[in-house]
This record gives sequence, C-alpha cells and structure tokens, in this order.
Amino acid sequence: MFEKTLAELAQGLDAGEYSSVELTEAYLSRINAEDGRYNSFITVTPEQALAQAQAADATRAAGEAGAFTGLPMAHKDIFCTDGVRTSCGSRMLDNFISPYNATVVEKFNSAGAVCLGKTNMDEFAMGSSNESSFYGAVKNPWNTDCVPGGSSGGSAAAVAARLVPAATGTDTGGSIRQPAALCGITGIKPTYGRVSRFGMIAFASSLDQGGPMTRSAEDAALMLNVMAGFDSRDSTSLQMPIEDFSSQLNQSLKGLKIGLPKEYFSDDVNPVIAQQVQAAIKEYEALGATVKEVSLPNTALAVPAYYIIAPAEASSNLSRFDGVRYGHRCDNPVDLEDLYKRSRGEGFGAEVKRRIMVGTYALSEGFYDAYYKKAQQIRRLIKQDFVDVLADVDVIMGPTTPHPAFKIGEKTSDPIAMYMEDIFTLSLNLAGLPGMSIPCGDANGLPVGLQIIGNYFAEQKLLNVAHMLQQATDWHRMSPITAASAGVSEV
Amino acid sequence: MSLDRSDVEKIAHLARLQIDEADIPEYTENLSNILDLVNQMQSVDTSQVEPLAHPTDAVQRLRADEVTETNLREKLQTVSPAVEEGLFQVPKVIE
Repeated sequence: MFEKTLAELAQGLDAGEYSSVELTEAYLSRINAEDGRYNSFITVTPEQALAQAQAADATRAAGEAGAFTGLPMAHKDIFCTDGVRTSCGSRMLDNFISPYNATVVEKFNSAGAVCLGKTNMDEFAMGSSNESSFYGAVKNPWNTDCVPGGSSGGSAAAVAARLVPAATGTDTGGSIRQPAALCGITGIKPTYGRVSRFGMIAFASSLDQGGPMTRSAEDAALMLNVMAGFDSRDSTSLQMPIEDFSSQLNQSLKGLKIGLPKEYFSDDVNPVIAQQVQAAIKEYEALGATVKEVSLPNTALAVPAYYIIAPAEASSNLSRFDGVRYGHRCDNPVDLEDLYKRSRGEGFGAEVKRRIMVGTYALSEGFYDAYYKKAQQIRRLIKQDFVDVLADVDVIMGPTTPHPAFKIGEKTSDPIAMYMEDIFTLSLNLAGLPGMSIPCGDANGLPVGLQIIGNYFAEQKLLNVAHMLQQATDWHRMSPITAASAGVSEV
Repeated sequence: MSLDRSDVEKIAHLARLQIDEADIPEYTENLSNILDLVNQMQSVDTSQVEPLAHPTDAVQRLRADEVTETNLREKLQTVSPAVEEGLFQVPKVIE
C-alpha cells in the first residue's frame, strides 16, 4: 500500500479495497513507527485526520466522492491550519495555534483530503538543507547522514520515506524542487500567482509560491487541480480560467523542442549528475523530442540578485513578529524596545537573523539604489534571458541541483556554499516561471533530479513532459524503503 | 566589502534584533561575505534596465470599498501573549 501513488490509492478507494479510515490508520501508524528516523513531521494530527477520513468515507458512501476524497496528505508547516500549531519551523511560532486556515488548506479540506499533520521545514523557509528548523534537522531517507534539502525538506523526506503519499511545499528559491531532487520525488513550482499565498506564512512575497510534492507527475496534477486558482484574499493571485492539469498528461512529445542551457552543464556540476541528466534527455529524444543548446547568460547573477531581493522582502515581512500580537514574547521586558529586541532575538534562529540583517542593510538609508533597485534590474535581465530562449524552445532542461544530497553539518558553517546549491533554481523564482523536478537517476545511492522549465502558465506542458518520461522509465518508482530491504526481506 | 562590529550593531538595532555579544564576530564575517557575493551585481551596467518588481509586471488589483470581513478580534487574540479588554498589552511607553 505504501508504494502506491495518490492516483492508485484513489482507485483502491473507488473499488472499495479499503476505506479512507483504514488508509489513514495505516499511514498514521507508519508515521508513528518510522518518523523517529527522519524527523519529517513537526506535528501529527491523528484526531483531525480520522475525523476527515470518516467524513470522506461518508461522502463516498453517498456517491459524492471527488478525485481527492479520502486521500491522505500532509501540509508543510508554513500553511496556517485552524486549531493546529503552525510553527513555520521557528521558536517564534512554537506557541502559535493558527486561528484560521490558509486558502490552500481550505481547498484541500473542501476536496475531502485527509491531512495527517504538518511537516518539518527550514525556519521561515530560509535554507536549503532543513538544518535551520527549531525542531531539528530532517534526515534524508536515502541516507540518514545526509540532508533532505530544503526548505520543504520535511515534506520531501516524508513522501520519499512513504510516510505520506503527497505533501504541500513552498518554493521561494528552489524550496520545492531542490528537496524533491535530493529525495527522489516529483515537485512542481507553479507560475507565480497560480496558488494562493493567503495564510502561507510570508518569506519573500514577490517570489513565494506553493506547490505539490508527490511521487509522480500524475499525482502532482491531481494536487495542483485542488491547490491552484484565483483567490481574492491574495492581491497577487492570477485571474486565470480554471484548468484541468490532468487533461494533457498523455500528449505525444513528438516534435517537442528542448533547450539545454550551456550554463547548466558547466564543470561545477557533479559529473554523475550531468551524465544522468544527459541520459534522461536521450530518453526524450527517443520519445520524439529535439534538443538544442541555448544560453542563459545571466545565470550566475541569479544568486547575488536573489540574496538581496529575498532578504529585503523577508526583513520587511518578518517585522510583524514583534512579541506583541502573537508569537514568542520575552520574559519581563523593561520597555518596548527591549520587548521587540529580546522577543525577536530569542524567537529567531541564526540564518533568519542573518537574512533579516542583510535585508535591513540593503534597504537602509542611502543603499536602496545600490542594492534593491540594482537587484530588480538584474532580475529583469534574468527574466529576459528566459523569455528569449522560450520563444524558441518549448521547455528548458538541466540538473535541478549541481550536487546530490550533502552530509548533515557539511555546509552549516558556510552560508555562501549553501546558497550556491540553489544556483539552478533561484532564477525561476526571480522570473516567476514554473519549474519541476523529477527523479532521473542515481548518484551512488542518492537521487538525481531533472529540472524542467516552461513558459508562464505552461504547467500542463511541464506535467505532460514529466509524465511521459515516467511512463517510459521507472526512476520515479525508486524507493529508499525497497532499496534498503532488497535482498533482506520480501518487499 | 567589509563590515565592522559597529556596523553589525547598528544593523541589528535597525532590525530590532538582540544579538549575543559573543556572536557578533561571526555575524560580521558572514554578513561581509554575503555583501561580497551580492556586490558581483555592481559589475553589470544596468543603466538602461527598468527594475522588475513583479515577475509578470502585474499591477495591484483593486476592490470595491465595501466591508467584507467580519470582526474576529476575540478569536485572533486567543494566541496573543498579553491582552486586556480586547487590547494588546505592552510595557508602559508614556511616563
């Protein structure tokens, strides 16, 4: 059962092989038994989950089940969930029981989904390794000495470890795609504005975007059908007609034009990763696609531009955590300034403080033009690179990350080395484009991710391109669980 | 570009963040390294480039000026650290 995708579990529910309550109980006991090894959940919500499962079974018995009714999933702990602690991985919100639901949470509730709990994450989504969580590092199910990536590392590890078939994530600079790559699962960051940001705790508002983390492109489409859509409560929500993201999955790829940016295949990329990505591209050629080299000349500038824009927006967004209205408050403040400074000093961890200070500096008097404005000008150059290339090709492909999962503790003392791991993912957030990561190989026992980048609003195309590879290959079926037990016991 | 201890203290004050004295050297080094990284931008001539604030250059959506939200004060204040008679409490600010 635990190797099944959402689509397969839905068939089992439809066929009456098991009820949603049985499915939910099975997953809850698996989380209970196994998550001590991975630390992928911050909060498990068995009571709410079983109540949702009972309601889903009743809906199904009444003949009113939809595509998602009764399917188990989990939310990244950045999505506000009414009545449940929503910590954002921070001591600041360790005591925060959300009084309302994020739009994404509401949409899954309305669709009849069963939320098993809230997954671990880098504090305020700032990190690429899930080591900055107040609740401790998450372990990569492929090798528990390694990081799962971040910031949606708990969601990625939980899905990879078969503790849940799918989970939500958010992506500000790669936080869905990078952990998906490092844990061997499928993740999609939609076009900026596709998924409502209401109730999704803000990091960098012009970059943040929620999306699905699943074991197949077919499942990602199922989730995106629930998640996406206009929301009047999000001022940057896209006003687009509702699409069925599952409807184009099986389109032939004959004649698909793939661009390979030469900047994504430099010597900085681990050779095994480069080789596995090239092998996946050969599969696409066998499916009828054509390939050409392209150039995104401003790729290297994405890191500096991102590390102004994201911290600047974060310093502004996180000013709301002041110890007054909600969140952590220091003991016995002597005056208001002491209240602010100590509440924030105690509530935030080191990486969050670093980014708030970088952002504060960049926005401080006299520096605006040199930093924030300059970064926004670079941002346009990066966007223009993509617009030019995507006028000529249908999708762009390359490795999601330059390296496979690294060891826990390996990069914590060097923030810059950590930032460089996101070199291929950051630029899409700056441009607002959709991107996916799907598993495409194995680097000495660790998964390799293929990044697929499309034009604005081209999620259907990305899901189609990903799905067709998953029909032709079995990389998405790789499981750390069956890999570990192969030859030891029956699977 | 190199920051010194007093720069970090000033930034931490502007951000209303208390930083432990013992951690200041590490923050000074980290922040200086990050500024070195972001200063790579300065080598690019962007004098003719319009800044991009929103990925698709969308403009702020407006709505009719109507009351659409209900008053949730009591529920929202259930998670507040200190509340009295519907008001948030802070240390005395006026002598």
